[in-house]
Amino acid sequence: MKNKVNIAIIGGGIIGLYTAYELAKRGVENIAVYEKNYIGSGSTFRCGTGIRQQFGDEANIKMMKRSVEKWSTVGEEINFPPLKMAKTGYLFLLYSEKEVEQYKKNVALQNSLGVPSKIITPEEAQEIVPGLDISEVVAASWNPTDGKANPFLAVYGLSKALKKMGVEINEYTEVKEIKVKDGAVEGVKTEKGDVKADIVLNAANAWAKIFNEKLGVKIPIEPYKHQGIVTEPFKVGEIKPMVVSFKHGGAYLTQKPNGGIIGGIALKYGPTWDITPTYEFLREVAKNFSKIIPALKYITIIRQWGGYYAETPDHNATIGKINEIEGYYLSAGFSGHGFMLAPAAAEGMAELITKGSSSLPLDFYDPYRFERGELREHAIQMG
Amino acid sequence: MSDDPRENIIICRCNEVTQKEIEDLIDQGITDIEMIKRITHIGMGPCQGRTCIPLVAGIIARKTGKKIEDIKIPATRIPVRPVPMAVLVGDDDEE
Repeated sequence: MKNKVNIAIIGGGIIGLYTAYELAKRGVENIAVYEKNYIGSGSTFRCGTGIRQQFGDEANIKMMKRSVEKWSTVGEEINFPPLKMAKTGYLFLLYSEKEVEQYKKNVALQNSLGVPSKIITPEEAQEIVPGLDISEVVAASWNPTDGKANPFLAVYGLSKALKKMGVEINEYTEVKEIKVKDGAVEGVKTEKGDVKADIVLNAANAWAKIFNEKLGVKIPIEPYKHQGIVTEPFKVGEIKPMVVSFKHGGAYLTQKPNGGIIGGIALKYGPTWDITPTYEFLREVAKNFSKIIPALKYITIIRQWGGYYAETPDHNATIGKINEIEGYYLSAGFSGHGFMLAPAAAEGMAELITKGSSSLPLDFYDPYRFERGELREHAIQMG
Repeated sequence: MSDDPRENIIICRCNEVTQKEIEDLIDQGITDIEMIKRITHIGMGPCQGRTCIPLVAGIIARKTGKKIEDIKIPATRIPVRPVPMAVLVGDDDEE
């Protein structure tokens, strides 16, 4: 392990790794990533895999449009073809006129920014997912260019590319604290020794606040327990898109390439560091999933796990420079959207570090907005 | 049948992963059982790794010289056995 680097990144999840990649791509040398467990283990490997542009505000739509472009090409770019976004769409089921009105507005905004979403009839939704119970569905919001990707392959592929580019990835290397001297970062103290660094990026998501608090930086990011399940595989292609239903527990579910369903519901606990799976969640998932697609009653659940949503008060990430400490940057608090947002968040952060500003709407994610009382409209927080 | 007998030895029956696939990853430097699990999906099928995890740990130990007791076994997830959703919903008497 090097004892001096240019950029030290805390957190070997998708945000830390993708940001390292965007920095290395811009010619930055001597980058090191520190991960206290194995790469991906924090939140990335626990995520629901969804990637969507159907948000209700301009910044998230623009960021996600950019992310989708990058998710679509990153596999080829890093010479790792198995990593490929599947454009299988996102289908939001709507059960009331009020919901439809809101989604019509969202669709108009999405369309104005070049996202081809549209409101469709329940029958059209059923053509996309034949097993749907549409008896209470009024309409659906559908975007065929949303989709999903495999977080395991994303982390594995990126880590391979990073090693080739000379980025040092240190697994099982916990950062204990960020060292600051005269108002500027000096480096990081890890369990395997101290490392000097000009720039430190906190990409620890759920754990981000631990480092911030030690430095007296108050950015509200709290860990909440969310959970997911997978089922046994069945005929591939039955549930191609991510299906979302706020009415039924805030459920989201889709079929993986191997035929199993992955998904969850909005039920959350916290703030807490405990991510033990709960029986309440298992029952609620079964109840809500089988209301959306009744035939799922006959499918068996094989695994359930917990993971963190690193939540901010408005459910939008905090991405930017920390003013109190020279050389300290933050990209965390993704509130359940870290995997899908990673490519654009990484590109924005790499631009910010190398050029001082970004072409992407990073202002929206300004870590100081809470202090100023400028909460954003809550992001549509789902899958 | 393949020329390489390791291609015919199934280590994970749930997800049909062969001995060769595991050993190829280790040869590439992927020696962490957690990463091998994510790439191949060993231990993530209905049996929850009862068959494959000890075998994979053994292969890692043999190929890397790590002690088997130093290989941390991945988490076992609930439910321990697969459960139909209908049972959880309390609607399992139709079948």
